[in-house]
Amino acid sequence: MVNASKPAARLIKLSAVLFAVGLWFSLFASPVAAETTNGELPFSISGTVSDSGTPLGGVKLSVTGETMTAPASVLTSADGTWLVGVPEKNADYVINLDVSSLPAGSSIVDDPDTVLVESEKVNVRVGPGGRVALNFFLGEVERNTTSFFDQLVARLINGLNFGLMLALAAIGLSLIYGTTGISNFAHAEMVTFGAISSLILVGIGLPLWLALIGAVVLSALFGWGMDSVLWAPLRRRNTGLVQLMIVSIGLSLAVRYTYQLFIGGNTEQLPGADTPKLQLFGSVSLSWIDVASMILSISLIAVFAWWLLRTRIGKATRAISDNPSLAAASGINVDAVVRVVWIVGSALAGFSGILWAYFRPGIRWDMGGQILLLMFAAVTLGGLGTAWGALAGSIIVGLLVETSTLFIPSDLKYVGALVILIVILLFRPQGILGRKERIG
Amino acid sequence: MDFLGVLNSTIGFVLDPVTFAFSLAALGLALHFGFAGLLNMGMAAFMALGAYGYAIGILTFGLPWYLAALLGPLAAVIFAIILGVPTLRLRGDYLAIVTIAAAEIMRLLFLTTTFGPVTGSADGLSGHNSATFWAANPIAEGQYDFGPFRGTELDWWVRLVGFGILCVAVVVVWLLVNSPWGRVLKGIREDEDALRSLGKNVFAFKMQALIIGGILGSLGGLVLAMGQNVNPNQYVTSITFYIWTALLLGGAATVFGPLAGSIIFWTIQAFIGLLMPALASEGLLFGLSSIQAAQIKFILVGLALVLIVVFRPQGIFGNKKELTFVK
Amino acid sequence: MSSNPASPTPVKSTGMHVGTIRAGVAKKDPILIADGVRRQFGGLVAVDVEHVEIPRNAITALIGPNGAGKTTFFNLLTGFDQPNEGKWSFNGKSLAGVSAYKVARMGLIRTFQLTKALSLLSVMDNMKLGSPDQKGEKLWASFFPVLWKKKEIEIETQALNLLKRFNLDTKQSEYAASLSGGQRKLLEMARALMSKPELVMLDEPMAGVNPALTQSLLEHILNLKSAGMTVLFVEHDMHMVRHIADWVIVMAEGKVVAEGPPGEVMKNPAVIDAYLGSHQEIDLGTITGRISIPKSGKEK
Repeated sequence: MVNASKPAARLIKLSAVLFAVGLWFSLFASPVAAETTNGELPFSISGTVSDSGTPLGGVKLSVTGETMTAPASVLTSADGTWLVGVPEKNADYVINLDVSSLPAGSSIVDDPDTVLVESEKVNVRVGPGGRVALNFFLGEVERNTTSFFDQLVARLINGLNFGLMLALAAIGLSLIYGTTGISNFAHAEMVTFGAISSLILVGIGLPLWLALIGAVVLSALFGWGMDSVLWAPLRRRNTGLVQLMIVSIGLSLAVRYTYQLFIGGNTEQLPGADTPKLQLFGSVSLSWIDVASMILSISLIAVFAWWLLRTRIGKATRAISDNPSLAAASGINVDAVVRVVWIVGSALAGFSGILWAYFRPGIRWDMGGQILLLMFAAVTLGGLGTAWGALAGSIIVGLLVETSTLFIPSDLKYVGALVILIVILLFRPQGILGRKERIG
Repeated sequence: MDFLGVLNSTIGFVLDPVTFAFSLAALGLALHFGFAGLLNMGMAAFMALGAYGYAIGILTFGLPWYLAALLGPLAAVIFAIILGVPTLRLRGDYLAIVTIAAAEIMRLLFLTTTFGPVTGSADGLSGHNSATFWAANPIAEGQYDFGPFRGTELDWWVRLVGFGILCVAVVVVWLLVNSPWGRVLKGIREDEDALRSLGKNVFAFKMQALIIGGILGSLGGLVLAMGQNVNPNQYVTSITFYIWTALLLGGAATVFGPLAGSIIFWTIQAFIGLLMPALASEGLLFGLSSIQAAQIKFILVGLALVLIVVFRPQGIFGNKKELTFVK
Repeated sequence: MSSNPASPTPVKSTGMHVGTIRAGVAKKDPILIADGVRRQFGGLVAVDVEHVEIPRNAITALIGPNGAGKTTFFNLLTGFDQPNEGKWSFNGKSLAGVSAYKVARMGLIRTFQLTKALSLLSVMDNMKLGSPDQKGEKLWASFFPVLWKKKEIEIETQALNLLKRFNLDTKQSEYAASLSGGQRKLLEMARALMSKPELVMLDEPMAGVNPALTQSLLEHILNLKSAGMTVLFVEHDMHMVRHIADWVIVMAEGKVVAEGPPGEVMKNPAVIDAYLGSHQEIDLGTITGRISIPKSGKEK
């Protein structure tokens, strides 16, 4: 990495990228009010200005164009956003960034790899859509100086971390599916529950380690509560599977918006989310949080494996997944085992939520929903209802999501995983580790 | 608090293009789920195709609005085929997961900056109506108010076209489900192996149902796009769930159930959406802010879905015996 | 419940085979021929039939202990499952790779061990679905009742006649879900006859049927033969097999171990072996039908 070789001189680059490459989940962020000029005009150019990821407020931009009677200027808002209305579409405009309005310490440095080559002026065309996005990124631009190999290694490590985290959530989803047949859409909310509980426990002054343990315990209680209040009575009524699935969708909506009601639409951080990265080699770096997250995931999965393979109740769980009526006929108390599965699945999901809060990073009311489909993809990929399938599927999905950004725009990275899901179903509907069913 | 005002605005929602749009989508879903037993969890994507097909047809290809309106249904047919080929041979819950995944793929494709010049990315598309569909409005300029139903000539034009499309769709679906074709569909819902053993090409029937329901969904998106801007945030997974709620509220295996369900769902939602903030601003909601109060409606939607499915699975208009949840 | 209380003694067909009676013997007029049909689930061979022929216009019983591969063989013959290898033909036409619905259209209709009555359709609608040539089932034709209303009336008359024969005519407008288990079996059989099939394959027609209904079911099966149809059925009840079957094929561990007229085949040592070897087995397969083949197969 070129930049790292001279860290004393902080190199600031200005790069303006048409059709910006989205950052982590920026695509999910709700739109914020931008500083607006000529907002009454029908078409618009808008975007953000940021320095190393931090939004820059008060930066002056001006827009000129043949169709405009006078240049329009705008100051970016505190979150770096701006919008200028323009009178015509299918027309060209020039955007000029006023260097003198940049905060002290920021300056413009040429970036040969981006649209903007030698100046802070950018030409844009407002197309038939009538709107165009134009983002100015200032700061160190690492991607131009990182070798493909380094990027690949970094993505693989990230993907493994993400996959392990996903596995914790997906295993619970798969176990619940295996023992009860429910495609539990509310599993996403169990993930969010773990993260929010830890935030609340930290908020009331508990040390981090205690808060995390507490959050997992609360998650387990949450799972137990959901089972005894909702799912167990439905089981006793012999409710159909489709019905159960739709109940879980309703539950998911209700719980998700309840979270929003209480914590609002903002992103909150757990302590330690901004720990510095450790340089490994090349541009590959890891934070302590990443390392701890992977170690914890692996140990938890190991404990879970022991539980499932060696303990009595674990064996009973597998028996029920295999054939519920046979298990019941052999004297296994299905109801009790299913309750334990809800508790274990929920605790795993809650813990995964904490890791997810560090990985994203940040806690939001809909954070679980963001990975729900990936969980389903993982579970389906591995074969519905098998714990090991969910583990394998999750790691594949994690690696796929992360490495795909090397080839496709990062705001499409989930698309890759979801397309693979559909393709796998085409060729091996029972998943990697599942087995076929008999007709008749 | 202006309770009468809230009530008036609520009743106005009965004739809102949005209500028509969701009725169309719910009708499509009724064909999918209520009659064919297909668990389509990706209705939002069909709607998005209808809306984007229309807007892109006008803005990018410069088509007349009535031709652009056909692009969405065409895209829906192709999308249904792509979805159906791998999944219609599989168990129902796979279809649910694949359709929800495919809908998310579509949304991300409309949202990505990669195709920004065509789709407008996160900003969506606007300005597709003003010189085209709205300009074709035969109603004389002015404000037309009939009791709680108010609007300019433009509002009524959109309502009229939306209502027209809905009426045609209802007739078509009614004919379909009351024909031998509809009977085969219901048979497939009950047990597709049995139908196979009777010599019915189950795959073809399911595909036809998926396509027709998908077209209805895309028409819903079209009606939405005729009245307002097109934005990717309108076609999130929650929208699919709302359509499901409306459908189950009315009764899945009926033709008029989805319509009634949609009207009831959207008016109640509008009512709560208007009432809660009004209550909050009067300080009657334990200090909740107006924004928080508006969110309560989503919680209530979720709870409603749970309660309907548990206590009245056949919906308001469904036959008590013809419970739709058999599997 | 039986429509004709005086049950006639069945007229047995004889002399259908060519040469000495042994497993895989050729028939004078076979309707269905299977050759080297083999189906494996993982490492377990569920079906491995070297050669078998089903005689035309006769009632053939397929018997064997649980896990012998009878239902799997049924699934293979009717296109519900595809074998790993093998040839099989119906009326001289190869059925390899032909999908289930096309097999049915060729005149080979089956029923299922677990009755597949369409619960939330009326009994009449169930029957109507059995009809093979209603044009109104085509998507475009369905919009124009003119094109199919006449046929609909014909189908209804045909269905009503069949329902009368099966004593279900009073139930025609009720949901199939409201029928008893035995009535559902009857409905399934009646529905199968709507298409006037050449070969009817019944998977355990007597399982779970109230003894009062058994007699009438037996008569219906005999009637199929007198109406010129061929019947192949899977059954565990040896009395019934002896009573109505013209020919018996015995399967064990996926293979055809013996065949012959009912009286003789029961004395065959291979048959006694096959049954004694698994005599202790709990008959879960009949109750649930969901025990997968590998499990019940392993026990022998």
